[in-house]
Amino acid sequence: MTEHLPVLLVLLPLVAAPLAALLPWSRAAWALTLVITWATFGVAILLVHRVLDLGTASYFLGGWVAPFGIEYRVDAVGALVLLVVSGIGAIVMPYAYQSVAREVESAKVHLLYSGLLLCLAGLLGITVTGDVFNLFVFLEISSISAYALIAMGTDRRALHASYKYLIMGSIGATFIVIGIGMMYVMTGTLNMADLANRIPEVSSRTISVAFAFLTVGISLKLALFPLHLWLPDAYTYAPSTVTVFLASTATKVAVYMLVRVFFTVFGVAFSFEVMTLHLGLLPLALLGILLASVTAIYQDNVKRLLAYSSVAQIGYMILGISLSSVTGLTAGLLHLFNHALMKGALFMAVGAVMYRVGSVRLEAFRGLGRKMPWTMAAFVGGGLSLIGVPLTVGFVSKWFLVLGALEKGMWPVALLVVLGSLLALVYIWKVVEIAYFQAFEGDPATREAPLGLLAPMWILVVLSFYFGTHATFTAGVARRGAELLLGVGS
Amino acid sequence: MRILGLYNYWVFIFLMMVGFYILISRANFVQKILGLSIFQTAVFIFYISMGSIRGAEPPILVEGVEGIVYANPLPHVLILTAIVVGVSTTAVALALVVRIKEAYGTIEGDEITAMDNEMPF
Repeated sequence: MTEHLPVLLVLLPLVAAPLAALLPWSRAAWALTLVITWATFGVAILLVHRVLDLGTASYFLGGWVAPFGIEYRVDAVGALVLLVVSGIGAIVMPYAYQSVAREVESAKVHLLYSGLLLCLAGLLGITVTGDVFNLFVFLEISSISAYALIAMGTDRRALHASYKYLIMGSIGATFIVIGIGMMYVMTGTLNMADLANRIPEVSSRTISVAFAFLTVGISLKLALFPLHLWLPDAYTYAPSTVTVFLASTATKVAVYMLVRVFFTVFGVAFSFEVMTLHLGLLPLALLGILLASVTAIYQDNVKRLLAYSSVAQIGYMILGISLSSVTGLTAGLLHLFNHALMKGALFMAVGAVMYRVGSVRLEAFRGLGRKMPWTMAAFVGGGLSLIGVPLTVGFVSKWFLVLGALEKGMWPVALLVVLGSLLALVYIWKVVEIAYFQAFEGDPATREAPLGLLAPMWILVVLSFYFGTHATFTAGVARRGAELLLGVGS
Repeated sequence: MRILGLYNYWVFIFLMMVGFYILISRANFVQKILGLSIFQTAVFIFYISMGSIRGAEPPILVEGVEGIVYANPLPHVLILTAIVVGVSTTAVALALVVRIKEAYGTIEGDEITAMDNEMPF
């Protein structure tokens, strides 16, 4: 039974998605989605447990042995990402019920759940697959459902945002297909492990071009600065639930994909010594951190502010990856996990304000510290983590990042990381100041958000403090993954 | 000769660039989707070309006949999948354009951006 876990992870949401679309009652579609996401989370926990105990799990689809058939392969890196994606999927669902009912027309609610399930199936598929073409197919399953989900926002600008995302995302996907095709021409295989063996033998200009196409294509998907232009609008105008889900999973999985391609398929020697990838990625990551953080300061829509902050946080992950050392890569993977927790909590808090006040503009937050104390406290909790205050998850990953930079003797990089945290302090303070130090002027009947919204939000906040003080598990898995990717240690 | 012999790859690059240029230069949303489709179709040609082998037969096994060079069917199968993905992307994009036309009354990108910028929130 346990050997079928990798495929079960993808099949559950994939099969449930059309069922949810067929169910005419939104409540039933929600219940089905809730059950499926929690079942998926359960399967993911079993699988992660197995991977950490017994090492990499491999599954041959239809019994066709790799490299001829499609292989599903889960190692420590995949395990960490699986936990994030399925965990966030499960925690978002209880939140979704009230938030979606408020923001989406009731005739479309079941379609939104169907889209969420499809997107989840695609994201989990990317994480478990060991085949590059399969990776592309799952990427498009998740992306196309994401376009539809974003377009469900109440504002008409959601449509424009979704369209822009679709155009840029499709360019990225097509680049990825070209890259995969070029790798196939040179090696005759699509299996990642097999590719890793054969690419050094056929190293040529075609392989370099394939590398370039894949890098740019995936960077578009993960919104690496300056390819991030689709992200702020998409996150701002999507329904709150969709923003929470996409912000904490979609870009993370794209980062995972980048790591897979750089380290597993092309190998660290080719990516960083032959192609000198770090010379390109490091400046872009730093520019992303600084410029996106400064832009975030000037936003007066809190959702957009957090979206720009996401671009900056992706910069931290890429920075860790571009250090290409065990510590740097650990920091990158760890931040992937940690950022999902804190950004999830923050977007949930903003979604709760949308639920009660009906706006997420900065003025709408005026005096909410007293009217919605639990929601705003969660916002502060997530914000502290974003800044990187000790005892929070944000501190742990930034600590590793600074260590990684100092290890390589790049102290200016370490300083810039700290500067980025100060900028985060400025934009989080902007919201906190308005919420706590200004008088409430809105509708006096405004109440605290309902428990259905508060509970998932606080689970994420508590987790972000828990993993901030008990970082051994996450840091251990991230380190194991980093060692595996770099081919050192076990 | 070698360069001319690879003419289908030149067609691939040419079509890809044509599609990409339309995609970037046009403000009209339907024209952009046309560009995107040409861009994606170019990649189909790339995949189909790479499966072909000089003098090869279609990959159909006939019992008793040996010594035949077969074309590689795998890229063709792969690109069937990519065609399906391309069709679904186009379908979603066109559906979005219909909704955009209903909501904005226009499908010109610059006009829509201007309308977006006027709105508060």
